[in-house]
Amino acid sequence: MAVSKKVLVNLYTRTLKVRLFEEKVWDLFGQNLVPGTLHLYLGQEAVAAGVTAALDKSDWIQSTHRGHGHVIAKGADMNAALAELLGKATGSCKGKGGSMHITQFDVGVLGATGVVASGIPIGVGAALSCKMRGTKEVVACFFGDGASNNGTFGESLNMAAIWSLPVVFVVENNLYAMGTPIKMMCPSIDIAERATGYCIPSIVVDGNNALEVYEAAVEAVKRAREGGGPTLIECKTYRQRGHSRFDAAKYRPPEEVEFWLNRDSVEKIKKIVIEKGALTEKDAEKIRTKLQKEVDKAGEFAVNSEYPKPKDALDDVFAEVL
Amino acid sequence: MAKKTYRDALKEGLREEMLRDERVFLMGEDIGLNWGGAFKVTKGLAEEFGEERVRDTPISENTIAGAALGAAITGLIPVAEIMFGDLITLAMDQICNQAAKMRYMFGGQTSVPVVYRSVFGGGKNIASHHSQSLEAWFMHTPGLKIAVPAFAYDVKGLIKTAIRDPDPVMFFEHKLVYDKKEEVPDEEYLIPFGEARIRREGDDVTVWGTFQMLHKSLEVAEELAKEGISVEVIDPRTLMPLDKKTLIESVKKTGRLVLVTEETKTGATTSEIAAIVQEEAFDWLDAPIKRVNAPDTPVPFSPPLEQFFIPSGERIAEAVRSVV
Repeated sequence: MAVSKKVLVNLYTRTLKVRLFEEKVWDLFGQNLVPGTLHLYLGQEAVAAGVTAALDKSDWIQSTHRGHGHVIAKGADMNAALAELLGKATGSCKGKGGSMHITQFDVGVLGATGVVASGIPIGVGAALSCKMRGTKEVVACFFGDGASNNGTFGESLNMAAIWSLPVVFVVENNLYAMGTPIKMMCPSIDIAERATGYCIPSIVVDGNNALEVYEAAVEAVKRAREGGGPTLIECKTYRQRGHSRFDAAKYRPPEEVEFWLNRDSVEKIKKIVIEKGALTEKDAEKIRTKLQKEVDKAGEFAVNSEYPKPKDALDDVFAEVL
Repeated sequence: MAKKTYRDALKEGLREEMLRDERVFLMGEDIGLNWGGAFKVTKGLAEEFGEERVRDTPISENTIAGAALGAAITGLIPVAEIMFGDLITLAMDQICNQAAKMRYMFGGQTSVPVVYRSVFGGGKNIASHHSQSLEAWFMHTPGLKIAVPAFAYDVKGLIKTAIRDPDPVMFFEHKLVYDKKEEVPDEEYLIPFGEARIRREGDDVTVWGTFQMLHKSLEVAEELAKEGISVEVIDPRTLMPLDKKTLIESVKKTGRLVLVTEETKTGATTSEIAAIVQEEAFDWLDAPIKRVNAPDTPVPFSPPLEQFFIPSGERIAEAVRSVV
């Protein structure tokens, strides 16, 4: 696939933006400014970047409990995203959702969910809606390797297949469901094999390579938009941190961690983009400096924002207060 | 105005809404061409509106509920049918964790105009997995509206309101009332949520109940009138929002309350109603509040067992007599 220089720069920028956002979250967390728990996306940036780069603004994504990266890559406002993580009134969910429900509807995020695998049916329903309304919109539905062992995975793939829905299932196989290695819980090496049983075409890609993810996503999105139905893309990737807030991930062999840290998504796309002549080292640094400024500004906005008023807890249960 | 069955009135409501708004569509197991719904509510609608808008689904309750939700937040108005209320257990995550909470946990960013239709109740000898009355579970889930129509007139007006509501609505029916008839206008009408209906006026005892128990309570009230006991029968029509005002005013008038549902007793909707009344009308009560429910057992199969399980007219009558 011939990929333009513009797209290459876009892939680098998206991947890096998600990285810098998550590093900022980690920094704020270290200052004890982030209440509750966190599921950091560090290490998996290329998946969100590659998939969202293949989507239009009017397309949708369905996110997960590890959702910051998806939302930022889809174009969410970083001020509102960071403020949400800090539980501020200026957050995109007015402080009612936090990390696990970080969502910005106006950029096409259908939601992030705290129940593993629960987003898959919602993504399928959105795709049904895209089709029934006669739009050309497509839904990218993210979930992890752990989710592929839940019943909704099978139900949803089946439903998407029989109705030929415009959805791209994106499995982020980071090799661990919390602390459990996927090889203990899945009889095959590739989750992608499961798609075959539902007559859904699938592909396995290096999930740390934004370009490879992008190329697979472009093909899947094209198929969906043209009425060809769903595709499953399995992205092999790795969490650079533990599952959640206090998880040091000591269950992972050091050589495995080292192997994946040497395949860092930001370094990888940067190298590709420079090798292909889309950017110089200096250009790449310029982009980093610019993004870092934006992220720092968003951090200041979030920190300086007010908390919601306690009684705001009573709003938004229904369209009108009953 | 013609007499129509509850089933036909419900179908008429669905049909009118599908004609009015092309965003409205139905999905569920066996609701389409071959079957027309397990209770024939949707029979004929697939022929009229096509299989896209009267959509048969695989047996995948959680994904039916979730897909309806996904369609609802992206511009459609789905009415998803779960064939039996007992099977909602399989869809609880999508209904209670997702649909009910979506407006709230996303800070009001989206409306969730989805209707989940299902049917409760015993009386058909179909045992523990096809006969339960589980409405209290949903009353305990903030974010859901709950309609419990027991009469043909109400079911038409309420389904139309449910479809036009911007929030998720649990629309519960009862197996034994599908064939019950009453006058139902041909023309359009809507019944607002949160407005109870006094089905019979009386002065001595208030009976509050749902579904088939309302029909029984009305028969009982007729009998008790001969004994000189004047019974007022209230149908809440929706459990969320709940019309407390009509109930409290009635209790203030009669001073006595009997609560009648087919639910198992512990943690039933009647428990909540009793608590509300003692909080808001304690000083007007002349007798303890009585509850008439099913025993705390699964629903049994064999006819004598099931008849024992479902509250009888005699049990309702005894409860009323015991408070006057």
